[in-house]
Amino acid sequence: MIPDPCVLKAARLVDPVQGLDGEHDLRIAGGRIAAVGRDLPLDGAAPVALPAGFVVCPGFIDMHVHLREPGQEHKETIASGAAAAVAGGFVAVACMPNTEPVNDHAGVTEEIVRKAAAAGLARVYPIGAATVGSAGERLTEIRELRVAGCVAVSDDGHPIADALMMRRALEYVSMFDMPVINHCEDPSLKGEGVVHEGYRAASLGLRGIPGAAEAVMVERDVSLSELAGGAVHIAHMSARGSLRAVRSGKERDIAVTCEVTPHHFILTDDELEYDTNFKMNPPLRAAEDRTAMLDGLADGSIDAIATDHAPHHADEKALEFDRAPFGVVGLETAVPLALDRLVHRGVIGLPRLVELLARNPARILRVEGGTLEPGSTADLTILAPDAPTEVAASRFRSKGRNTPFDGWRLRGAVAATLIDGRAVYVNDSVTGAELLGASS
Amino acid sequence: MSTLSSPSGAVRPAPPLTRLRSKHLLSAADLTAEEIVLILDTAEAMQEIGTRRIKKVPALRGQTVVNLFLEPSTRTRTSFEIAEKRLSADTLNIAGGETLADMARTLEAMAPDLLVVRHAFSGACHLLADICNARVINAGDGMHEHPTQALLDAFTIRAHKPSIAGLKVTIVGDLLHSRVLRSNILLLHALGADVWLCGPSTLMLPGSERFGVHATTAIDEALAGADVVMLLRVQFERMRGRFFPSVREYFEMFGITAERLRRAGPDAIVMHPGPMNRGVEIASDVADGPSSVILEQVANGVAIRMAVLYLLAGVEVDEVEP
Amino acid sequence: MPVVMEADRIARTLVRIAHEVVERNRGAADIALVGIRTRGVPLAQRIARHLAEIDGRDVPTGSLDITLYRDDLMRHPVGPQPVLRRTEIPFSIDDRRILLVDDVLYSGRTIRAALDALIDFGRPRSIQLIVLVDRGHRELPIKADYVGRNLPTSVRESVRVRLVEIDGVDEVVVVDDGAALDPDGAAPDEGGEERP
Repeated sequence: MIPDPCVLKAARLVDPVQGLDGEHDLRIAGGRIAAVGRDLPLDGAAPVALPAGFVVCPGFIDMHVHLREPGQEHKETIASGAAAAVAGGFVAVACMPNTEPVNDHAGVTEEIVRKAAAAGLARVYPIGAATVGSAGERLTEIRELRVAGCVAVSDDGHPIADALMMRRALEYVSMFDMPVINHCEDPSLKGEGVVHEGYRAASLGLRGIPGAAEAVMVERDVSLSELAGGAVHIAHMSARGSLRAVRSGKERDIAVTCEVTPHHFILTDDELEYDTNFKMNPPLRAAEDRTAMLDGLADGSIDAIATDHAPHHADEKALEFDRAPFGVVGLETAVPLALDRLVHRGVIGLPRLVELLARNPARILRVEGGTLEPGSTADLTILAPDAPTEVAASRFRSKGRNTPFDGWRLRGAVAATLIDGRAVYVNDSVTGAELLGASS
Repeated sequence: MSTLSSPSGAVRPAPPLTRLRSKHLLSAADLTAEEIVLILDTAEAMQEIGTRRIKKVPALRGQTVVNLFLEPSTRTRTSFEIAEKRLSADTLNIAGGETLADMARTLEAMAPDLLVVRHAFSGACHLLADICNARVINAGDGMHEHPTQALLDAFTIRAHKPSIAGLKVTIVGDLLHSRVLRSNILLLHALGADVWLCGPSTLMLPGSERFGVHATTAIDEALAGADVVMLLRVQFERMRGRFFPSVREYFEMFGITAERLRRAGPDAIVMHPGPMNRGVEIASDVADGPSSVILEQVANGVAIRMAVLYLLAGVEVDEVEP
Repeated sequence: MPVVMEADRIARTLVRIAHEVVERNRGAADIALVGIRTRGVPLAQRIARHLAEIDGRDVPTGSLDITLYRDDLMRHPVGPQPVLRRTEIPFSIDDRRILLVDDVLYSGRTIRAALDALIDFGRPRSIQLIVLVDRGHRELPIKADYVGRNLPTSVRESVRVRLVEIDGVDEVVVVDDGAALDPDGAAPDEGGEERP
């Protein structure tokens, strides 16, 4: 247990909001951050000296997950998803509305909020449906969803395909200062595609989805955001054409933001066989697309890393490739993957990683956290950037085992996750982490 | 060295044994050039059995072969079934119902030796091969592959040409959706042929440059000096005007007529995996003309499938008595 | 490596067998020869030539691959299968006297397989068996009608028949096990050893 009040004495503390990256103490009192600075006086608080090499960051927020509850509890529940989140270093997740029933009215939102509170782990921010039943025809009661706790609207899983519908959604959300998150994919260009269109798809005999299926809708949404004024956030961006559209929108000060998943900045369609754990939407793209995503992460044009955590039951994935559902889990692998593939390979530094995983998601969703400024809630992700992580799907806290990264050995681990100053997860395989409390 | 049935205790030289490296035939990519030649040579020997009065040998006696055809197919299923019966295998035909994984487990309980699988989705045979103990032969999976068709095509070409290496093989038609094409590219490349693809730009194979083929929409260029002209079925009913506007326009641009065929080499042969659309891919006078080897392809299918069944059959390693 | 039959002895033996065939069958009418692959085939062709010289008529000659009839066919580890060669019997065997020709008679299993195969081609009036060498150690009740040479052997030995048409030389040699396992000597299709 971490005592409250306490002073965390960190060899390295990273908070780009305050421009901090170095040896700092952090005082927690009453579940909030009371002070940050060098050699803080104890004033009766218990000192907690973190092991060398640990890095204290603002709590990470995964702004794109599927928790499957209500309706598909065999895939995931709010409780199992929240447990997976904290084990992956996330203090908060934003969950997409494609549940059964769809989260398109306040009753569903309230149930999600209630179950998340009962689980008592990660913060869960519901995302409401933009249109009733996510059918793309009528707007949901967005004000009521907002009041019930939704932080954004989206029809994720489906694009908002009709341009006028998208325009109206953007216009309407501008009254509530929340974004429309769009799964950009032109349905006619997608057709019956299941993987990225190209050589690999052709040689496996699988139908392709070109990158342009995504890019044309991103381009459209940038223009519509300019027209309507509302903020648009591009979910799980994968194609280089989409990034080009986002950059051009940002240059014109259009309210467009975007996220990318670890699988899209790590894997390409060259890795495809018939393993359905490599089937997700958008699909793994070409090497040029992956390179573009890395560029966007490095130069700031990509705002966030999100997992698109999409658990499925093993039986549902054990089907013909065409028949298996899209989606992979990501909560328990994203942070070690990002440390290994982005930080240790020199694509970005830790401050930029914190922007992508904490500051920007909080800013886009207008939620608390994302910084260690005094007064903020004491939500912390403590990293052991050099500790090894071996991905073992069988030990996931998520009910979903559908990961393409099973067995990967990575450099970088989550040491602990703190919410309101309370250690909700301690990684007992990281030496020194036991200081932060008993293993959960 | 395996000990044969000889007077007990005797160690004798083994007969000439040759094997396929792979337990299954899922893709033409599973085969080396040497293995392909072995299959073709074996098929040549198998051909003779079909000319006998009693068209049956006891080679696969006691072996159970399940034909799992989850997509309608008369030609391929019949061809496999004849091949199995000529080798005296016990055959049964199953058409499906539950999920593929469950079906595989159900089949496994019946302990078949070989599974011949036709499926509408690419990769279905791989899924079965992962779950089942039986050897799996891909009899066509989605848009992926149809390796025994490519083998019988190579067998047919070999009967007419001194060598496949260096031949210009031009494949015309619906390249995008054809599993026959994918197997043929792999097999023909393994045997050293030069493969040309031709079809409307809407039906081109994505990434064709990485397949190592020449791709063109100009039929005359594709046909020029070709040794083999292989046509692929155009499934107009699936196209719905999205890939090309009409049969008439397709035939005008890509249909093989006697006049067009004159651009090909003097001894060019014309092939079609069937069933063909006369007046779409091919003019009737070409289909029935002297260059056509289409009916030979059908006849050769049985011998090729006998060869593949024979070469893949046998008992498991761990069942061999010490 | 003791040579037990040399070229001229093999030649004289085949002539003698041809005479015996004519004598026993009162001519060569209705006779056809079927050689068992591999080395039974050239032997059958040579005997056919002798019969033509003696009796003045061409005797139809075919070749038979018994691989698919072997009793040990599916008893090998997965995959490896004996190489299959073409069977060519371009004449009807119905009501003919069939002379089955092989190089070495040993366990009798090849002949058993050959009899099964022949029956699938029709109903001959009779089947007689010609072998160049009978080395004993029968495992089935099979007996040759015409034997070039009876050769008592140990089961540890191998009998190799080499023929000009295939091996470039006419000779019969006996090798012992050690030699049979050496890389040059062990080529499985080289000798005249009965295969099953």
